[in-house]
Amino acid sequence: MVVCALRKSSLRRYFFLNLYMGLSFLVSVGRFQILYRYSITSLEYNYFYFYSDALLTIGLYFALLNLYILIFDEMKVERYLRFGAVVLLGGTAWFSYAVINQSSYRILSHFAFELSQNLYFVGLVLTYVLWGAILKLRETRTRLIQLVLALGVYFSAFAADYALRNLSPNLQPVWQYITPALGCILPAAWTYSFLFVTEEARLAPSRLAAVPR
Amino acid sequence: MMAAFIFVVSVVIFLQFFVFYCRSLIAVSSKQALSPEVQEVTGIQKTASGEDFNRVMQLLHLCPERPEDRKGIQAIGAYFRLLSFAGSTIARLVPSMKMWTDSERGHCTYFAAIALERRISFSRDMLAQQIDA
Repeated sequence: MVVCALRKSSLRRYFFLNLYMGLSFLVSVGRFQILYRYSITSLEYNYFYFYSDALLTIGLYFALLNLYILIFDEMKVERYLRFGAVVLLGGTAWFSYAVINQSSYRILSHFAFELSQNLYFVGLVLTYVLWGAILKLRETRTRLIQLVLALGVYFSAFAADYALRNLSPNLQPVWQYITPALGCILPAAWTYSFLFVTEEARLAPSRLAAVPR
Repeated sequence: MMAAFIFVVSVVIFLQFFVFYCRSLIAVSSKQALSPEVQEVTGIQKTASGEDFNRVMQLLHLCPERPEDRKGIQAIGAYFRLLSFAGSTIARLVPSMKMWTDSERGHCTYFAAIALERRISFSRDMLAQQIDA
């Protein structure tokens, strides 16, 4: 995706999206190295996996902020959006800590897992609000619309995945295939948008939301 | 209880985003015109029918695959199956829903035909490069 964005001269405009994808690539390489050296059941791999996942989720949260700034760029509210995003991130971290502090002795590792899970849900709600804003503001940039929708699909799939994992924790053999498969959604969808949709392409978002009555 | 609530909300939102995303992919492809050659191969003139989807997909699988459009085609394939499911269940009770699912299935076919067009031109370019080399 980063290569496609670079080729289409969109690296700076979608900086945090590309930063997240670059980070995601580095984390994948790191995970492979740890997996190669230890094993999938090792403590090292598990620690690395959950800490890096928390880091990636924060990266994705800032990618979402990037999309917010692009949607609201004419309103000149960038400073307020950044401030709001930091406050919300801090609030989510505090909430995650409060939950873990009451019920766990291995605070740091459980905090990383809890923070990822809560941030996915916060991200999902924020993406939903952003989609509402797109419809309300009649945003027509097709690429931006597709990037937001793909993020919505990704966040909601992961939020459902996390919730289902909590509901049935003994289905580990199933999750080890489903979770990586869900991880392919975002890079594939964003790459598609950068490759096949030009920055100039326009689309009426109300057409997408039209349902039969 | 909380996990069950989050799960239900997430699934509903997922379906909504998935449908909107697929429709955005379709909307982009609907602006492109099919070449007379692909029109002849697929039998699609102006409007496509959902009945032709599987046939166009078979033609698509005959062409060399392009990794960059694979996921988009898979997403539309899943959307088509979702529409077919809705068409054979809920839409039987709601006539307007039946018309909508039929029209959406036709758009999915058109999307597949546009993907076929891209793959044919990609194969042609590759062949031309090989001949030049």
